[in-house]
Amino acid sequence: MTLVADSKLLFEGPDWDFDLIKRVHEACGEIGIKEMGLDPYPNQIEVITTEQMLDAYASTGMPLFYRHWSFGKHFARNEAMYRKGYQGLAYEIVINSNPCIVYIMEENSATMQTLVLAHAGYGHSHFFKNNYVFKQWTDADGILDYLEFARGLIAKFEDRYGQEQVERVLDAAHALQSHGIHRFPRKRMADLRSEQVREEERRKHGEQLFNDLWRTVPVGKRKTGTDDDSRRKALLGLPEENLLYFLEKTAPRLAPWQREILRMVRMINQYFYPQRQTKVMNEGCATFTHHRIMNRLHEKGQINDGSFLEFIHSHTSVVMQPGFDDRRFSGINPYALGFAMCCDIERVCTNPTDEDREWMGDIAGNGDPYGTLRDIWANYRDESFISQFLSPRVIRDFGIFRVFDDEADEEMKVTSIHDERGYRNIRRALSKHYDIAYRDADIQIVDVDLAGDRKLMLQHRVQDGITLEESDTERVLQHVADLWGYDVKLIEQDDNGVVRAEHIASPRRAFA
Amino acid sequence: MHIIDRRLNPGGKSFANRQRFLRRARAQVRRAVREASSSRSIKDAGKGGEITIPAGGVHEPSLRRSHQGGSRDYVLPGNKKYIEGDGIPRPEQGGGQGSKASDSGEGEDEFRFALSDEEYLDLYLEDLELPDLAKRQVMGATAVLWRQAGFSNSGPPSRISIPRTLRHSMSRRIALKRPKADEIIALRTEIEKLEREGGQFDELVKLRGELELLLARSKRIPYIDPVDVRYRRLETTPKPIARAVMFCLMDVSGSMNEHMKDLAKRFYSLLYLFLNRRYEHVDVVFIRHTHEAQEVDEQTFFYSRETGGTVVSTALFKMADIIRDRYPVTEWNIYAAQASDGDNTSSDNAVALTQLKEAILPICQYYAYVEVGMDDEEEAPGAGEPSTNLWRAYRRVPDDQPFAMRKVRHRRDIYPVFRDLFARRPEGVAAEGG
Repeated sequence: MTLVADSKLLFEGPDWDFDLIKRVHEACGEIGIKEMGLDPYPNQIEVITTEQMLDAYASTGMPLFYRHWSFGKHFARNEAMYRKGYQGLAYEIVINSNPCIVYIMEENSATMQTLVLAHAGYGHSHFFKNNYVFKQWTDADGILDYLEFARGLIAKFEDRYGQEQVERVLDAAHALQSHGIHRFPRKRMADLRSEQVREEERRKHGEQLFNDLWRTVPVGKRKTGTDDDSRRKALLGLPEENLLYFLEKTAPRLAPWQREILRMVRMINQYFYPQRQTKVMNEGCATFTHHRIMNRLHEKGQINDGSFLEFIHSHTSVVMQPGFDDRRFSGINPYALGFAMCCDIERVCTNPTDEDREWMGDIAGNGDPYGTLRDIWANYRDESFISQFLSPRVIRDFGIFRVFDDEADEEMKVTSIHDERGYRNIRRALSKHYDIAYRDADIQIVDVDLAGDRKLMLQHRVQDGITLEESDTERVLQHVADLWGYDVKLIEQDDNGVVRAEHIASPRRAFA
Repeated sequence: MHIIDRRLNPGGKSFANRQRFLRRARAQVRRAVREASSSRSIKDAGKGGEITIPAGGVHEPSLRRSHQGGSRDYVLPGNKKYIEGDGIPRPEQGGGQGSKASDSGEGEDEFRFALSDEEYLDLYLEDLELPDLAKRQVMGATAVLWRQAGFSNSGPPSRISIPRTLRHSMSRRIALKRPKADEIIALRTEIEKLEREGGQFDELVKLRGELELLLARSKRIPYIDPVDVRYRRLETTPKPIARAVMFCLMDVSGSMNEHMKDLAKRFYSLLYLFLNRRYEHVDVVFIRHTHEAQEVDEQTFFYSRETGGTVVSTALFKMADIIRDRYPVTEWNIYAAQASDGDNTSSDNAVALTQLKEAILPICQYYAYVEVGMDDEEEAPGAGEPSTNLWRAYRRVPDDQPFAMRKVRHRRDIYPVFRDLFARRPEGVAAEGG
């Protein structure tokens, strides 16, 4: 067979070069943007080696990061696993930045590069650019600059204060990073101008409603007493669930540079927060996109059957969902669930059954699957996505069931399976599992004993009787005490006010 | 769209992180390296490799919920037979999903990773010091190092430092007010102008006088004067001897069995690794002896069999001969390690001791005697020391000599004994019985 047997083919065989990447990128764009209506960031494609991939793994996928021993640890472990063949490496890494950076591995075949470009360059990139959580929380334009800044900052501090001093602060900050996120946009301190405007509006409103009669209404005695307490808490901004933020702003004994480190860790974490909320959707979007693009390429004759089979092989292993009793099982595979749900939504839009009409009446049969999906990808996160679009069909296909395990009972109990009674139950339960607010332990700083020994009081609101992991909590609390500089107490309390556990820590060595 | 080829970027991006990690886990890694090395074959003694450390020391704690207790709700895929209301016995771990239990990060978890050769050796030989490393004799002109050391007023033309010279010249010119070329040119053009225009004769005469003065001055004050010239100066420093020779002496008579030879070999390998790190060049000389000594190659040394009596002093004489012939004391650091099961012809003990004390030890950096035994050999309680012929003889070497002796019975003793012999402050550490 001659090479130009079919001029439409993008490539033949596994080899690739930069021209080919360009052609493939364009061909994918033809389908992704023109047919599916995706709106991705411009892409920046970077070809990297295995070692560089391992590097990227160690720094949570980012191209540059500040220095810390824990990244060295992750690198060492990944490398050992990879060398022994226990673990393959990802084909790509994609970074939510503008332009969207896509790392592709040099040893991927041409087919895999096509798949990767479709998956990351169009799927993920579209999701990053359009999903509301990302829009709200991350600054894609600035992240790389910020990381550069962070790296320089830590290096500067290490030079000035010594590696070990910096490491102590970073250790503490890392231990708290799961509780160093703002989950809600903060109230901004009003500036003078808007304060003035507001005052003006209030006055006008008061004038409009003025009625002298109110003056004659007798006023009861003002309540006093608890006011002092709540006023003090309000001034401190308590309760506060962002522990790092609180410590950064109020810990009395930290040096300015230490606060700056806390702030930096906090900012970087905040950037990753959306990714944790949209794992299923993000992967679903990307997997659906690459699946569609690869299929269309094949239909249009731009890739040959061999490549298509190679693609199918790797695609199916990505979206494989082992059952709960399988040795490979490690929770629900976000790729599998996301892909299944996106395909299901497409089916509901174009070819709905009666059941679908009943469950998802608003989109069933609307004939615009891509538009519907784009809208969903833009306006939902995992929790809301599942609670609204997990159809009985997908539940049946996956054979999802719900098991309740109470400490007090001898056995675990199956509470719902994929039947009429179970669908809603399962959907609600699964959606709850993806709710970050439910998944992360609810820990807040509730009070500071300002008049006495400055003890910091934290509270864990115990849900379902599950307390915190003991040894870890002690260690983290130790870090909190070190940062705070005085004693710290964590009370684990359930909704009935019953105290389940208490942890106390005193600072070992104040940060100096 | 841009494509960027990052493959050629310098690697080792996470090197700094790795160093920090190793520093953090130093104590555990060191222990793991020592343990790993005792089970390794000697050929790989210095190779890097995978080690396992307890995860506790490098654990990163976080605030998370316990995997035990409370009431839990699982949503799982892959239901085949269960219907609503079925009971499922709790899995062993008590934590529900088996996979969850494994990443709970309790102290018992292990952390595996690979060390490079360099890192491994560093840790392996850490805290060890060569005794009397400071044999740094100044030798003839050939063994000096030339180093740049400042500037001087004299030297060969090839070493003139132009920047320095010009700097001096400039400061001199400024100080002595040598007229600048610009000034002279300006004066000349002005004179020419006046000449062309005519008139103002007085002015012209005055200017001409000035010009003459300037020219004379610039002639008197040279642009570069011999006093300006500076030369880059070189200084000689004595070069430390970077060569070492290591003598391996071993008794190969019938009483030495394979096990004992293996122990000896391990000891030699360690010593070789160690010397190799400290010196640029290390020669190894193998001397085996029965009732007579021979210099042989490594293969023969370890693997061929000889029969005969045992006369230790022959090996010592042989060693002295070889040193005299090939390894001048002024150019080589000399180390020796002797392994024997302790047998010696009684009449030879005194000879061996004298030869050792008078001929060998004065020129050696260090002499280690390792007495190898069987691992099933009874360690006589209370007796403490072996009582072989040779041991008793060597016992009489005075303490101030660069000499050490230890008894080794088992493979696992080799490394501790080696460490013991070469520990950084030998006098501070009480020698423990081998």
